[in-house]
Amino acid sequence: MSKLITRRKFIVGAAAASLLAGCDTHPIKGFLGAMSDWNEKFEGFLFSPTRLAPELPASDTTPESAFPSYFISDTIPTVPPNWTLSVGGMVERELVLTLDQLKQMTRTDLRVRHHCVEGWSAVASWHGVRVSDIAKLAGLKPGVKYVEFNSFDEDYFSSWDLGSAMHPQTVLAYGMNGHPLGSNHGAPLRVYSAVKIGYKMCKYLTEVNFLPNKTGGYWEDQGYDWFAGV
Amino acid sequence: MPETHDPAFKGRREQPLPIRIVHWCNALFLLLMAGSGLQILVAYPSFGPRGAQYWWYPFQGSPPPAWTRIGGWLAGGRHWHFAIAWFFVLNGIFYLAYFFLSGEWRRRMFRPWRDTNGALAQFLYYLRIRKTPPIADFYNGLQRLAYSSVIIFGLVMVLSGLAIYKPVQLHFLTLLFGGYDGARVVHLAGLCLFALFLITHLVLVSAHPREIVNMITGGRRE
Repeated sequence: MSKLITRRKFIVGAAAASLLAGCDTHPIKGFLGAMSDWNEKFEGFLFSPTRLAPELPASDTTPESAFPSYFISDTIPTVPPNWTLSVGGMVERELVLTLDQLKQMTRTDLRVRHHCVEGWSAVASWHGVRVSDIAKLAGLKPGVKYVEFNSFDEDYFSSWDLGSAMHPQTVLAYGMNGHPLGSNHGAPLRVYSAVKIGYKMCKYLTEVNFLPNKTGGYWEDQGYDWFAGV
Repeated sequence: MPETHDPAFKGRREQPLPIRIVHWCNALFLLLMAGSGLQILVAYPSFGPRGAQYWWYPFQGSPPPAWTRIGGWLAGGRHWHFAIAWFFVLNGIFYLAYFFLSGEWRRRMFRPWRDTNGALAQFLYYLRIRKTPPIADFYNGLQRLAYSSVIIFGLVMVLSGLAIYKPVQLHFLTLLFGGYDGARVVHLAGLCLFALFLITHLVLVSAHPREIVNMITGGRRE
């Protein structure tokens, strides 16, 4: 038997190691981990809570069939009966909101470029309620620094820095391109934001938690960068 | 040739130590940046936004071959790319500072009024149209053109890379490259120019091996 380790075996081994590392809360270690921490600070430094992404004209809209939809379940997750959104964590008032109650809140519309970690971009218009409006309704206690979004798409979740969540172009969207959000894009409610990469925008929302500590996320725990701003 | 006898360079080696260090660091960083960049490209090996991909890009959907990639998967490629980018930039800043503060720019930088004729003559010589190479001092005009251009390529790579990295926070930069998808095109075009430079550079220094020795030992003193 050959004792040579082929390049393929090496890559498969490295991939297996990185999958194992995915079980850890901070999967990237050593030199790359240190640089990743540094880059996370740099991303926070570059982020401005008031800088807006440009609103695009309707003519820039991507044909909806060409706008990819992402979920981690085997099939498109469907809305559970009696769906509600729970708002909790360090808040004055814990909330349980129905879709109708969300629709009665101030509606925010945005049409901005969407940036996927894979490298593609696309454009759609989204409408819903600003996360900052939800925060106002719930009343944040001092010490909140992060926001965690949870879903019914298996264990998909993502935690955000408070600044990006409170950005005026970060919404909990119940509509896309003027119609109610489809199941392929996260119905009944999803995060949409102009200032994050796509995988931070948790779809099929169930919970929003305002927290003092940073938690990870579905992709983040596997090694994708946590801040992931654009 | 006035530059050769410039008293400013008296006693200085052809390739001073700071330049040799920067050169070999740059060689390593460029390979890591190219390999990790190509790994990132695998995730969407196409150009143009979804639903409106550019008709003129001939390799839509074709990922670069596995042997060119570094990082193993998308997140790995990104971590390598965004880590080494800092070292690439710092190395470049150090080089430019030395380049201008030491006066090295005077014998290295392409200056059109001095070097255009020499560059053209050298090019014709390589094409075998001209029988003899033009008289050159420290570098010939074509070398100056190539080594100066590649600094500009580096700058374009850093700026277009930042435009892709932060298309909202650095929106003015992204606009400069025609938007996010335009910046991706420029970033790949820059890689192709780097590759073209590298191939030419390797062929020519192989034909003049003393240049390779100089980049290791420093060469003779002026």
